[in-house]
Amino acid sequence: MSETALPGSDRPAARNMFAALQLDTRLLGMIGAFVVLCLVFNVFTDGRFLTPRNIFNLTIQTVSVAIMATGMVFVIVTRHIDLSVGSLLATVAAVMAVVQTDILAHPEVLGLGHPAIWVLALIAGVIVGVLIGAFQGWMIGYLGIPAFIVTLGGLLVWRNVAWFITSGQTIGPLNETFTMLGGIGGTMGESASWIFGLLAVGLVLWLQVASRRRRASHGFPVKPVWAELTLGAITTFAILGFVAVLNAYHIPAARLKRMFEAAGETMPEGLQVGYGIPYSVVLLILVAVAMTVTARRTRLGRYIFATGGNPDAAELSGINTRFLTVKIFAIMGGLCALAAAVASARLGFSTNDIGTLDELRVIAAAVIGGTALSGGVGTIYGAILGALIMQSLQSGMAMVGVDAPLQNIVVGVVLVLAVLVDIIYRKRTGE
Amino acid sequence: MSAPLVELKDMCISFGGVHAVDHVTVDLYPGEVVGLLGHNGAGKSTLIKILSGAYKADSGQILINGDEAHIHSPRDARSYNIETIYQTLALADNLDAASNLFLGRELTTAFGFVDDDAMEAETRKIMGKLNPNFKKFHAPVKALSGGQRQSVAIARAVYFNAKILIMDEPTAALGVHETQMVAELIQELKKQGLGIFLISHDIHDVFQLCDRLAVMKNGQLVGTAKTTDVTDDDVLGMIILGKCPPGATPGPGALVEDEAVG
Repeated sequence: MSETALPGSDRPAARNMFAALQLDTRLLGMIGAFVVLCLVFNVFTDGRFLTPRNIFNLTIQTVSVAIMATGMVFVIVTRHIDLSVGSLLATVAAVMAVVQTDILAHPEVLGLGHPAIWVLALIAGVIVGVLIGAFQGWMIGYLGIPAFIVTLGGLLVWRNVAWFITSGQTIGPLNETFTMLGGIGGTMGESASWIFGLLAVGLVLWLQVASRRRRASHGFPVKPVWAELTLGAITTFAILGFVAVLNAYHIPAARLKRMFEAAGETMPEGLQVGYGIPYSVVLLILVAVAMTVTARRTRLGRYIFATGGNPDAAELSGINTRFLTVKIFAIMGGLCALAAAVASARLGFSTNDIGTLDELRVIAAAVIGGTALSGGVGTIYGAILGALIMQSLQSGMAMVGVDAPLQNIVVGVVLVLAVLVDIIYRKRTGE
Repeated sequence: MSAPLVELKDMCISFGGVHAVDHVTVDLYPGEVVGLLGHNGAGKSTLIKILSGAYKADSGQILINGDEAHIHSPRDARSYNIETIYQTLALADNLDAASNLFLGRELTTAFGFVDDDAMEAETRKIMGKLNPNFKKFHAPVKALSGGQRQSVAIARAVYFNAKILIMDEPTAALGVHETQMVAELIQELKKQGLGIFLISHDIHDVFQLCDRLAVMKNGQLVGTAKTTDVTDDDVLGMIILGKCPPGATPGPGALVEDEAVG
């Protein structure tokens, strides 16, 4: 008893100040772990890990898995699992590749290089993804087949449906505009990135003020002003810092020269142009915002979390939990389609093995990000951070030169340890 | 007398050949508390789950204000202003009090988004009346005590202008103080003209709170009686032996006298 009472009375001031910020301690822990990880790799790679170039690469490598991980949060929160995401990604990538190279690019349809091809292919992919997801959700919700079985079947089925669609061939090269979704081939440039960053800062600060006003208008307790200011400063710094880093990665001089030559101009001597924010990252940010709003501010999200917390209570409250399952898996399918677009655009081709083992990376990202397999708990930002941690771990070890088998052993151990830490954390905080 | 608020007529439901509710008929008038008693597995909870829309009856009729009502889901029951406080409380443990109170009936902003602040404000109002000590508006309900959780479940049932209230063991998990709180609330709701079905194991509670009682055994109705017409022992006899005392109206499940002797 006395032991547990001590830490509270020891430094009450620090604790109150900390509490006033009302931060998510789990998030802080994850960010802390991530920072330590980055610093350790940075030391072992002689400073190569935390360069703009590597941070840029890490970011674009994470996007595909992170997009799917946001959907996996909903799936796991409702006590389901989706093992088919990697295979579904392959099927949708194959569909999008065939649609843009064989169908739309046909001279009688739109013709090669038509500007609408990329978006039509993307829409076709999203429709296919949503339909397949909804179909799997229907089998889970209405036929009562466990999600594990349905999606384990899906893991085999969709991987090989992809094979049939492409007859086992690699399809490509993909439409040029489409490949801009992939990462390095499509970035906003420096000025647009700064504008994007400033808009994001403005939006975040406005939301913070609006939320405070709304709470005050109801007469609820609000955070002290200094706490609000601190939070605002941290988010502003984080967003603009991120933009600055991505802008600091310069397009190689040779490539820049070719770009100028292609435009029929000569490159001024000593010019440096930063890449800026990749479009794939913009897509991830949009997905993250949309999914967070869904989770926190819509009935759908409320019902997802209620069903995860207590399925019986949700049912007794008049929530149609079966249809809810269909919706969740349809969302997952749609996100697989977006991830497929990013992954295939990054390669420039659709290959048969695209997305192999992604189901495990996606589930691991969601779980490392604090999504509980027992249901009811999970956050979108956590899953994205989880994906980033996984990717950093893998590319960091590759940079250090850790043997391939050892890399996988470490990732596996980290996954189990992360869940253990999470369980201990939950027990301590009584959450 | 006018038509009863609720009349459950000849209700039957069976699960895999077991007659959980077997031709039971009970009714409830406005401003009345009817206690449902019986052993575990007597069919009380099943009977009221038919009324609350959680189960669908195999046969029988539900009349509300004399008109036949079709209740196929909890949503239907709510549209007839039937609210239920389940024995398990049916709370989503991971959500806070306001989210639970409005679950399935969220207040939304003009843009269709969930309005958490408005819901919190309403929750603060109603909790101020029901349980002024309640302060944890932001904690998930799993962090609350039994009494606090119970008051969230009660708040959910009374907030939406219920006309018919079903309470399944509302005091089973409560301390003395909270039990008293529930008793006062029932008296208050009675005055407002609500009809209440109260399921309880506690005969003392039933005599204190109920106007009438109905006893079930093995899915059948043993009998109904005004609480003023029977004694504790009579009721115990009904529950344990299925023996209907002189002051009660016997139902199909009442023990016939010569069988009792034999």
